[in-house]
Order: sequence, then C-alpha cells, then structure tokens
Amino acid sequence: MQGKSLKELAAALAAGETDSASLTEAALKRIEARDGELNSFVTVAGEAARGAARAADERRAGGESGPLAGIPMAQKDLFCTQGVTTTAGSRMLEKFVSPYDATVVARLREAGAVMVGKTNMDEFAMGSSNETSYFGPVKNPWDPERVPGGSSGGSAAAVAARLVPYATGTDTGGSIRQPAALAGITGLKPTYGRVSRYGIVAFASSLDQAGTLTVSAEDAAYVLAAIAGFDPRDSTSAEQPVPDYPALLGESVRGKRVGIPKEFLDEGVEPGVRETFRKAADELAGLGCEVEETTLPNLKLSVPTYYVVAPAEASSNLARYDGVRFGHRAADPKDLTDLYERSRGEGFGAEVKRRILIGTFVLSHGYYDAYYLRAQQVRQLIADDFRRAFEQYDFLVGPTTPTAAFRIGEKTADPVSMYLNDIFTIGVNLAGLPAVSVPMGFDGKLPVGMQVIGRAFDEAGILSLAHQYQQATDWHRRVPEGWEE
Amino acid sequence: MSDWEPVIGLEIHAQLLTKSKIFSGASTRFGDEPNSNACLVDLGYPGVLPVLNREAVRMAAVFGLAIGAEVAERSVFARKNYFYPDLPKGYQISQYELPIVKGGKLAVQLEDGSEKVVGLTRAHLEEDAGKSLHEAFDDSTGVDLNRAGVPLLEIVSEPEIRSSREAAAYMRAIHSLVRYLGICDGNMQEGSLRCDANVSVRRRGTEKFGTRTELKNLNSFRYVERAIDFEIERQIDVLESGGEVVQETRLYNPDKHETKPMRAKEEANDYRYFPDPDLLPVVIDAAFVDAARAALPELPAEKRARFERDFELSPYDAGVLTAERELADYYEAVVKALGGEAKLAANWVMGELAAALNKDGLGISASKIDAPVLAGLLKRITDGTISGKIAKEVFEAMWAGEGDADAVIEKRGLKQITDPNAIAGVIDEVIEANPTQLEQYRGGKDKLFGFFVGQVMKATKGKANPAEVNRLLKEKLGPSGG
Repeated sequence: MQGKSLKELAAALAAGETDSASLTEAALKRIEARDGELNSFVTVAGEAARGAARAADERRAGGESGPLAGIPMAQKDLFCTQGVTTTAGSRMLEKFVSPYDATVVARLREAGAVMVGKTNMDEFAMGSSNETSYFGPVKNPWDPERVPGGSSGGSAAAVAARLVPYATGTDTGGSIRQPAALAGITGLKPTYGRVSRYGIVAFASSLDQAGTLTVSAEDAAYVLAAIAGFDPRDSTSAEQPVPDYPALLGESVRGKRVGIPKEFLDEGVEPGVRETFRKAADELAGLGCEVEETTLPNLKLSVPTYYVVAPAEASSNLARYDGVRFGHRAADPKDLTDLYERSRGEGFGAEVKRRILIGTFVLSHGYYDAYYLRAQQVRQLIADDFRRAFEQYDFLVGPTTPTAAFRIGEKTADPVSMYLNDIFTIGVNLAGLPAVSVPMGFDGKLPVGMQVIGRAFDEAGILSLAHQYQQATDWHRRVPEGWEE
Repeated sequence: MSDWEPVIGLEIHAQLLTKSKIFSGASTRFGDEPNSNACLVDLGYPGVLPVLNREAVRMAAVFGLAIGAEVAERSVFARKNYFYPDLPKGYQISQYELPIVKGGKLAVQLEDGSEKVVGLTRAHLEEDAGKSLHEAFDDSTGVDLNRAGVPLLEIVSEPEIRSSREAAAYMRAIHSLVRYLGICDGNMQEGSLRCDANVSVRRRGTEKFGTRTELKNLNSFRYVERAIDFEIERQIDVLESGGEVVQETRLYNPDKHETKPMRAKEEANDYRYFPDPDLLPVVIDAAFVDAARAALPELPAEKRARFERDFELSPYDAGVLTAERELADYYEAVVKALGGEAKLAANWVMGELAAALNKDGLGISASKIDAPVLAGLLKRITDGTISGKIAKEVFEAMWAGEGDADAVIEKRGLKQITDPNAIAGVIDEVIEANPTQLEQYRGGKDKLFGFFVGQVMKATKGKANPAEVNRLLKEKLGPSGG
C-alpha cells in the first residue's frame, strides 16, 4: 500500500482490500525499521495508533467511512495531543503531556485518522533546517548528510521517505513549504485564519498557520478539507465557508493569469534552481496559463521585518515556560529569580534564546517605535504589494527556496544566511496568504520546489493549479533512492 | 490652610460581574477551593487561546455611557509583559493605547453636600492576575489562579482630586455607580473594588505637578482617606526639610497607618506592551451602544437631583438615600405607599431603619420590614394613632417579628389617647398630686411645665397625644409667674 495516494488508500479500505490495522502495523514497522536513519520522529505512539486503527476498522464495519478514515499519519510535535507527549522539539517540554487535543488533532481524530507518532522539528518551530531540535537533527532522505529543511523537517522527511502518507506541519515563515521543497514533497500553508491555531504551541501568533505535508496536491486537498474551518476557540480563525477542495481540483486553469515576481529570480538564486523553475513555468504556460513577469518591490524587506515581528511575539508567547506549572523546572531553586533563570536557561536552546532576546529588545521602551512599529508598517507595505499583484494575477509563482537542501552544519554558525533560506516564503506569512510548494524537478540529485501563492482563502485555486501541474509532471512521484520499498 | 496643595488621581479596579472569565469559560465565583476555577486558558497552557467575553465588553460600554465618555468604536487588547508566578502566561492582557472608554466625568457629592465634578481619563478592560499565598506554606509560596482572568475595568481619573476627602468621596461615587449599573458588586473586602492612588503636592498657586508616588492596597474608603493623608504629610515633610520626593510605588499598611516603599530593588519595569495578536480589535457598532444606552438605569446623580426636587430633601439626605439603588428604591416605595410625607419617610429610613440594619449587619434588600409595612407604621403617626415616640417602640416590635404596625399597636394597647376629656382627667390627677411644683410654677418657675408634661406622659404610658397634653396643661396651669 506504500506510495499510494490517499484516494487510492481510501478506495482500498472501502473495498476491503486492506484494513486500518494492517496499514498502521506496516507504518509502525517501517518507522521502527528505518527511522533510525532519519530521526524524523520524536515519539512513536504504537499502542495509541493500534487502538485508533481498531476503532477505525470498527467504525468502518459499522458503515462509517471517510477519505482519511483508518489511514496512518503523523502530527508535528507542535500540536498538542492528549495523552502523548508534545515536546515542541524542546527540552523545556521534553516530558510535557497535554491534557487536551489541538483542534487540528481533534478534527483528524474525528475523521478517523490514525496518528502513529509525533514528528521532529526545530525547537519551538524556530529554524529552517531542523538542527535546533533538542532531539537532534533530522536527515534528508535524498541525502542523509543534508538537512530536510525546517521547522517541519520531521514531517517532511517522514512523508518523503514514505513512512506515513501524510503529516501535519505549521508554517510561520516557511516552515511547511521550505522543508516540502527540500524533501521533494507537497507542502500547503493555508490562509492565516483558515485552520484553527488552538492547541498549537505558539511561536508567532500573527503568522503561525497549520497545514499539510503530503505527496501530492490532491492529498493536501483531502487533509485540508478535514482540518479547515472556523473554531470558536481561536478568535483569529475565519468564519468563512470551507469549499469541497477535492471536488474543485479539476477546475480549469486555462486562461488563468500567473505572475512571476522578478524578485524570486534574483542573483541569490542558484542557477540550477532558476533553470528548473523556468521549465516549471513553461509547464504552466502549457496548461493554458498566461505567464508573465511582475514585481513585489518590498519583498526584499520581508526577512528583516519578519525577524522583528516573529521574535517579538515569540518573546511574549514563550514567557509562560517559567518552571512553575509545567515543563522543565530547575532542581532546588534558591529563590524565584533562580527558578526562572535556570529553568529557562536549561530548558531553551540557543536559537530560541537568541529570538527571545531579539524580541525582548525590539519591544523595549525606546526601541519599540524604531523596530516593532516600523516592522508593522513595512509588513503593511509588503501586504499591499501582494494585494496590488493579485489585482492583476490569479497566482504568483516562483522557486520556494533559493537553493536545494544544504549540508547539516553548513549554516548553523551563520544565522543570517540560514534566515535567508526563507526569503521567498516569509512574505507570504506577513501577508497572511495561502501558498503551496510542489516538487518541480532537481538541482543535481536534490529536489527543488515551486511555490504557488494565491489570494486569501483561495486554497482551492492554488491546489487546482498544483494538481494540474502534477497531472502533467511526475516530480512528486519521485521517491528518494533506497526508500522505494 | 497649608502652603501645599495635594494633587491626586485614582486608579480603581472594578471586578465585572460576568459569570465567566474575560477570556475563558471558567467561573468567576469567589471563595471556592484554590485553583478549582482555573481552566487551561487561565493556567496559560501551551497552545490555548483567549476568547473575549462579550458581556465584559457590554459592561465596560455601559460604564462609559454612564459617565458621558466616548465608547471607542475600536479598541485593542495589548500584552503587558512581566514575570510573576501568579501571572501564568508571563503577560497580562490589558488595553494600552486604545482603551474601550475615553474621557467622561463624574459628579461627586462631598460631605458638606456640595458637588465636585471629577474628570476621567479612561477606563479599560483587562484580566486579573491570580493570588500568591505566602502564609500558608513553609519556605514556599502557593498560587491560587481562581482570580486569574476575572474581568476588571480599570477606571483612571484625571489628577483633579485635591484632598483625601474628595478622593474618598470620588471612590464612593464610583462604588455607587458601578453598583447602580449592575456591573460590579462593590465588595471591597473580597477585592471586587480596589484602589490605587497617585499623590503629589505642589506649592499653592503653582501650575507644575510635583513628583508623585503611587499608593497601593487602599481597600476601603477609610484607608483611601488615611493613606492619602499620611502620604501628603510625608511628602510635605520631605519637601520642607529640603528633600525630594522619589517617584515610587508605596504600600499602605493600615495597622501601622503608614506607607512604605515596595521593594526598592526593581528598577522601572519595562512592560513591553504590544497588541495581542491572539485577539482581534474590539469593534463596537452604533446598535450595540444604542441598546446599552437604552438599558441604562437612572444614575445616582440624576436620582439625587430628583429626590432633592420632588421630595424637597436636603442635598445630604438625598445623597445618603441614593447612594445605593436598592435603598433609593426602598425609600421611594415607602413614600409612594404613604402618599407623601417624604421628609418623615426620609427620617425613618435614614434613622431607625438604618440603625436596625446596621445593628444586624444587613443590607437594605435583607430588611426585616418591607417598604409598604414601614409605610403602614408611618401612617399611624400621621393619622395621630400613635406618637413618634411610641412609633419607635412599635418599630422595634415589628423588627422583632411581632407583626405589622396595627397588630403591634392593638396587641400592646399603644393607641394614642386624643380624647381631651380623658387627658384633662389625667392632668387634674397630676396637678393634685404635685401641689409643691404647682405653687413653684405659678411663682414663676416656668421650666416646671416640662415636669408636668412628663408626669402626664408617664401616667398615660406615653400614649397621650403630646399636642393635646400641651394645650390642656397650659389651660389648667395658667400662666407662670406674675
């Protein structure tokens, strides 16, 4: 069953060719046998998964069905899962067991999804390489010496290696799309507010958005349909109807206007990536799209803007980890200050501390106007650029990242070069728009991705373009060597 | 009068009477088992999010309308960041740059019955913190988060208050108003209404404000007055001895009657306020404001003016009777049942009734005598059935549960003697029994008139109509002296 699409798996389950227990057992066995090479899971929840699989089989026997029912999957370890540890990739939450399920988790559970475990990630989702995880780096199945991207690196590697058919992720500045691109799979970041943030360990609240890591755009449509929609527990979730995404995949893209912002192809982009993208753009033209160059003049400001806004919010969101109620608590504190300093000093890793310091600084008295307020103004300019572009175009496309996967350790000493890997994805978060990264070919032996950005709440549109591109190409069907069976 | 003029502004925190907390569904009930009313949102668990309680917004809007303030069409919640164990998230959700209520003013009645208008700067919504319990544990501190997330309205006055008495009067007026509006129970012992004061002094006649201190923990009207008095004296002493007032937060200790700086170690806290990205701006439309305005009750100042006008009460009496909505309602019900006699009703409500309630520690709504029943007693005074003095005895019996006025009068035989012949007979007996006093009276000692009145009243057990006794006695005794 491995390598089958969600639609095919659902059909096989419906036809009785297999059952959830078998699929789940196979996934658990494969993880057990092979994940040592990747480190894509922090926690494998075998018993819970077997129980969920039995329940799914019973529900099916009782006449219930659904496109995700009984199919194994993995949750990024940033989603709170009742009864299974939620670590956020941090020592701070190494032993934290949430007393409740995130809305995304609850909705998938309700849809009959079988969670086999929690995937590795950059600590508190802060990173672009999965190297900041307390539980060690994740390896890219295409080349174990390279990173899978981040922060949803574990989810990307697990899907790329076909350990699970799909996994959830979160995307604050590219954390779904960038690892999807670097691992050769499909990564969807929905519109801000499309999917509830309730139960996701918060990084930067105005940017965080849950999404999917799947083999194909079609699979993404099925998963999104299950997790999208208003949640009264998240005030920023949108009260917008949820379209039938799978049914809309076939909507014609003929005559759609596609813009390529020239900033996506500037000198920072590897020639191999640029060349691959040119071919992908030609494919889009071949599908009947009107493709032309455009511009997002303020996009170059997105990285510095992001590295003010996101750390500011993070510095506040992470204040609750103080050793008092949950999470890591320093041994034998001598007073309150000591408890705070050592619990946080021991519990957080270097990148998290760096961002807390940046965030604290930019919000400080005397600096707020120059940094935080100014960044909010620039954020508006960037959003305006996108708004103007979408008056003319239905979609904006470009390479998801300027390079293919880099080597483990290559950028850890230089945070700024690491941050620049998200240069094409961050602006989309600042503007709150939906985007999907799809495999578009290879730079050498490494996969690279194309990002399709849409208007707010037009997930159906970007998924249909991505799906039709995937009907015309087979990049998304490529499996890394050694992981085919 | 001192050379120094105090400048005072108050920050009052009123706990809003919502059933659930401002950002979670947990109960706001006071006095429950520690941490039994703290849900995951209140505990600041990873992943949880705040959802605004609309009822708290309505209550804040109602307050704004009652003080003639601008109710902002758009207000924004911000995070106030600081670390403390009873602050689970490491930040308090409050409003900073864009509060829900801007401006407004409040007419405050002073002790002498005169009125002062105090301007308000703003009122904003925020969540309360939990409580640290230092006493109950050896070597460690307990944290009770039942209060964490209870909605507060922080009401900030302009620095327009000029004495501790004005401050206390202003706080009473706020107390009265929030209770009228039904948005706060005003229970200061349980911390439902709390007050901080910003106090400075300046040379009389100068414009510039002096350096201020912030006084915390002023949890009764009396403490507000005493703490501010102490602080004014302290600052004047410092300045007159050539020193400088240090801008700091000081804690009032009611037992020692002094203010002391709170831990001096902390340099000015930088709260790093920024808009809370988990909450959308609060948008209030005209329909919402109109509905809130339509539901406004008659407010204390309006009621006070009406009582002065319609019932011809003194400003002081009108102030006392309208301080509480329930008391004012009671009083009006008495007057209505009595069909007038507003002054008599005021005297009884503020006198006998208030004393009895006070003695039993009861509020007006728990009165043992309902308004129509009290009116029944007063009717017996106005129709001459009993004297005012006897009425007090009847009142006590009624308070003790012996029935209404007529039942008590009947049972105890307290009906007033008004028959002139009956009274004349008693007077004759009294004169006859006291020949010496009669002689002295007629010899010019006119003060003995009172003696005869007393004797007559004694002989009738107080039931004789006093006016009739006076008239007949004068007739029978004749003139005193030559």
